[in-house]
Amino acid sequence: MNPSDVEKLAHLARLEISDDTIAEVSKSVSEVIKLVDQLQAASTEGVEPMAHPQDALQILRSDEVTEGNVRDAFQAIAPATEDGLYLVPKVID
Amino acid sequence: MEWETVIGLEVHVQLATKTKIFSGASTAFGAEPNTQACAIDLAMPGTLPSPNAEAFRYAVMFGLAIDAEIGKRSVFERKNYFYPDLPKGYQTTQLAEPIVGAGHVDIQLEDGSEKRIRIHHAHLEEDAGKSLHDLSSSIASQGMSGIDLNRAGTPLIEIVTEPDIRNAEEAVAFARKLHSIVTSLGICDGEMSQGSMRFDVNISVRLKGEEEFGTRTETKNLNSFKFMEKCIHQEVERQIDVLEDGGTITQETRLYDGETHTARAMRSKEEANDYRYFPCPDLLPVILTDDYIEDLRQSLPELPDARKQRFQQDYGLSSYDAGVLGSDAATAHYFESCATAASDAKLAANWVMGEISARLNAEEISISHAKVSAEQLAGLISRIKDQTISNKIAKQVFEAMWAGEGDADSIIDTKGLKQVSDSGAIEKLVDDVIANNPQQVENYRKADDAKRPKMLGFFVGQIMKASKGQANPQQVNKVLLDKLNA
Repeated sequence: MNPSDVEKLAHLARLEISDDTIAEVSKSVSEVIKLVDQLQAASTEGVEPMAHPQDALQILRSDEVTEGNVRDAFQAIAPATEDGLYLVPKVID
Repeated sequence: MEWETVIGLEVHVQLATKTKIFSGASTAFGAEPNTQACAIDLAMPGTLPSPNAEAFRYAVMFGLAIDAEIGKRSVFERKNYFYPDLPKGYQTTQLAEPIVGAGHVDIQLEDGSEKRIRIHHAHLEEDAGKSLHDLSSSIASQGMSGIDLNRAGTPLIEIVTEPDIRNAEEAVAFARKLHSIVTSLGICDGEMSQGSMRFDVNISVRLKGEEEFGTRTETKNLNSFKFMEKCIHQEVERQIDVLEDGGTITQETRLYDGETHTARAMRSKEEANDYRYFPCPDLLPVILTDDYIEDLRQSLPELPDARKQRFQQDYGLSSYDAGVLGSDAATAHYFESCATAASDAKLAANWVMGEISARLNAEEISISHAKVSAEQLAGLISRIKDQTISNKIAKQVFEAMWAGEGDADSIIDTKGLKQVSDSGAIEKLVDDVIANNPQQVENYRKADDAKRPKMLGFFVGQIMKASKGQANPQQVNKVLLDKLNA
């Protein structure tokens, strides 16, 4: 992991990493990757990939409305709202 | 140089469930902003998704309808990206093990030929919320976007085609057929203007005969057949212009603007998203049994192709009429109710494809919002059949019905539009016109047989005018001929 890889990752994860810690973060992320490499060295021949560590199946819910209008409660803790909308800094992709 | 266009579509279809895919919040359209967004939809800490059985049932029905392999084991994954209308920071979707595998949809083209479009797969996923960028200009909302999360978590199936489509006509025929299938299954309300079906179009061009595909662009979020057609024509022309000028196509995502009918580049490949998919630890694999799938296969509603055939056989409709009336479930139901109530399929077909469809187009509404019900239309058709009114007067009555003035009988009554079939009254009308036009009568009597029919039109016109269009035309013709030839 070089510093530019870390910068790209930080951007994707929307994490702010200051310039003076990039070197340190690069080093620790590299350590994590080493650990993953070690795991990947294990032979998985004949092992079915798992989607979930629990050996269980998903229960499905019936299609009935169970949730009411909770807008007031959630908007009371939002930084900015107007006309029932949450306000965020303008985004145009 | 001869160019060939290659198109692949990704179609997002909103499933008509009552609740979200992972929460019990309502999906009803048109609610006040954020009143149908619960803690799960808002990604509050500590919440867990609870999958909706109906979404699976609908997705499997779609898979069966396109003759696809059904994924008996389906797994959800997280597609990670940041956008304010996606509270979790990832979309819960499927990648490696989708619920619907490869299938196909057969389309019919204008020249009558058929073409098979292969479906690569279809997967279940959640919709995002909506961002509103043009807010009222209050101080607080300056430079801000508004977020409405009512749509967040609405169940979607994303249908991905193989690059089998070669032009705009095929793309539109495919989109219409898909619309017809999902509405016939009852798994989607088909309301395009409400975003119930949205298309992403991948387009590339290559020299005819070339094996390799050209570089493609993707135009996202088209929500009408008309926009899609326009967008394809424009994009194909743009790409050919660039290539013929010696340029190269950049792989990019473009956003279509329905107001200006132009597309602009949204992001290019260099800054393309890296979605870092991984299996969602909050959801276990979903396993569907053979019995479950077989039950659904047995109870599948009538599909458009079968309905088209039945309409031809049972109602004696032409292939074209049967195709149009059978295409979507709502139109088919309207037509059948009307044809049965009026006991006349041909007249019902003509009215539904004529006046009704013209009105719906003009007002841009769907048939479920028609202002004349199938039963009301049948009432009008019955009055044409029993000769209470002529076709011409019927159009006038229809206008009044559409304007909400009541049903056919009461309008005919209050406006005094009943056809005059009383032979005494008709004789008087004919006598008056003959008496008032001696010169024309003389000309007619002197004319040879070949010229007479045309001359007759003059008298019929005068009589109908005098009767305000209400005289029974067959009777007028008969009486008139008798008197002129006397």
